[in-house]
Amino acid sequence: MSDVHAPRPFSEPSPLARRLAAAAVVLYAVIAILPLLWIGATAFKSQADAIAYPPKILFTPTLEGFVDLFTVQTHQSHDFIAKLPPPATWWEKIARDRDMVIAGPSRVVERFLNSLIIGFGSTILATFLGTLAAYGFSRFRVPLADDLMFFILSTRMMPPIAVAVPIYMMYRWLGLYDTRIGMILLYTAVNVSLAVWLLKGFIDEIPREYEEAALVDGYTRLQAFRKVVLPQAVTGIAATAIFCLIFSWNEYAFNLLLTSSEAQTMPPFIPFIIGEGGQNWPAVAAGTTLFLLPIVVFTIALRKHLLRGITFGAVRK
Amino acid sequence: MAEIRVEHLHKAFHGFVAVQNSNFVIEDRTFFVMLGPSGCGKTTTLRMIAGLELPTSGRILLDGADVTFKRASERDIAFVFQLFALYPHMNVRRNIGFPLVSTGMKRAEVKARVEEAARILRITDLLDRPVSGLSSGDRQRVALGRAIVRRPMAFMMDEPLGALDSEMRDVMCGELRGLHDRLKATTVYVTHDQTEAMSLGDKIAVMSHGVIEQWGTPREVYDRPASVFVADFIGSPPMNLLTFHDGLQPGRGSVRVGEADIGIPAPREAVTKRDLILGVRPEHVRLSDAARLRGEVFGTEYLGTTQIVTVTTPHGVTRARLAANVKVSIGEAVGLEFRPDRISVFDAASGQAIRTALHDHPHPMEHAHV
Repeated sequence: MSDVHAPRPFSEPSPLARRLAAAAVVLYAVIAILPLLWIGATAFKSQADAIAYPPKILFTPTLEGFVDLFTVQTHQSHDFIAKLPPPATWWEKIARDRDMVIAGPSRVVERFLNSLIIGFGSTILATFLGTLAAYGFSRFRVPLADDLMFFILSTRMMPPIAVAVPIYMMYRWLGLYDTRIGMILLYTAVNVSLAVWLLKGFIDEIPREYEEAALVDGYTRLQAFRKVVLPQAVTGIAATAIFCLIFSWNEYAFNLLLTSSEAQTMPPFIPFIIGEGGQNWPAVAAGTTLFLLPIVVFTIALRKHLLRGITFGAVRK
Repeated sequence: MAEIRVEHLHKAFHGFVAVQNSNFVIEDRTFFVMLGPSGCGKTTTLRMIAGLELPTSGRILLDGADVTFKRASERDIAFVFQLFALYPHMNVRRNIGFPLVSTGMKRAEVKARVEEAARILRITDLLDRPVSGLSSGDRQRVALGRAIVRRPMAFMMDEPLGALDSEMRDVMCGELRGLHDRLKATTVYVTHDQTEAMSLGDKIAVMSHGVIEQWGTPREVYDRPASVFVADFIGSPPMNLLTFHDGLQPGRGSVRVGEADIGIPAPREAVTKRDLILGVRPEHVRLSDAARLRGEVFGTEYLGTTQIVTVTTPHGVTRARLAANVKVSIGEAVGLEFRPDRISVFDAASGQAIRTALHDHPHPMEHAHV
């Protein structure tokens, strides 16, 4: 600031300030991403490298962790393995190098598919129901609307796990125990309140005139909703979907309690990967890396909307 | 094109009466302006005609057909919103074509109609632009384009110039009137701006508290206000209102305001002695030393060709529109003279105008003195 009478426009900070701000952001990003890098690196380490102290930054990458993740193996004597025919595949070779024999595939693919089906299923359902409910609350005179909105919010006030036992008994009785549909319904029920509240805020911000214009332009209420409201609510819907997915994707306690073999998702499964002796960190890291991927892809795919969604209202004129 | 008939229209929200028993007819091809302060029910009336709001009771007839409870989409009425309501996720072309798409019209015809509308509004070069980058005047033109493109029976406009700056408003005001003269479409236009109402409207309805106070040509409304509210709302500065106590007899063309006898158009009804209000437009006030109605100059406002001189009298403040070269000084004692044939008299209690010779002819200006 050399000239007091001609200050820089607010939108243009000085180059130094810019560089400092950028450095701070980069530093924070590095700190934030470090655990993820650590997990990613561990997934490609051998068991010995994974627990080496001091930690190894440079190491020979191996797929041992992934092979352990996707297969069930038994330990055999060196002599027994020597008598076997030579390994037919690269993963068999990796196992045998450590005196292990592959007995069959593990259930990780099943668990991963369960996570995808339950996570995305409940997200789609919660967002769909939330959008319709939010639109109704936003646009129509609903009797006791404020009380109903509070009731919907109140379902979030109690930690869900507090009702775990009644839900367990109910699910047993209803035949929903250890079913994907049961988990989808449960996560939807938890998420829908968040979805209604978030989306009502977004839809409230969309001026009614747009729909009214569509109504006088010859469209029905439903057409106006689809052609005018939805395209403008897309940002809010995307942001809501991300929040819903993050919850149901990461949920651990209910899944542990309400599933056994059929509908188990990744979070309760990952701890079991560690294996006998609790040493197989590369396999855990491999499972975690795999578990992280969909949410990373989903968030990156919707990141434009997410950013706009979070700052919604602030940037509108 | 259509005639719009509104019968006993009534609208209440939670006990608040927005529109009270409105009755009026908008003739085919008329530019009809509903004028009034905010909250007077003009927008609610407009929205009921368009079908965006349902009346509590009453009927709305569009070319003789009862549309009172029909959906907005079934009424063939176009609506122009104050904040344009252009769909932000569509470009100009798709915005204008949107009403046609709902009718299932062929794409080639939609294209032709959109381009025709754009040509009329001179926005052809904007057709492929997103609406977000447009100036407010252009947005308004696009909104008008969306309204005219399907050639509806009538246009509803809710303060369409309210969001424009004053310069743009003058331009668009001229364009709107020009558009109406070309399309000859029945138009209902809502505004709180009397200048807009006067310059645009063939007919004006002045509303207050859900009631239509008066309904007529701009000239009728200006020259023969039906109530104190209209007299005070229309005109800048508004009509001077002087309170006095007297009675009226048919044929006796004068009243006593304090010490002064003031000539008025001959009353057509007898009124017993009571509180009355004399209404006179500033341009019908002159300063005259001989006049018995006296006052003191409070201030002057120079407007170029004219000046507004404010005079305090025992009966109320009076403003006179005088030639700019008349010399008056503040504090000076002056006499006031009114042009007798243009005076309105109101009953102070009801606020309604009392029938006088002023109301004899349908168009007073055509019979006006030179």
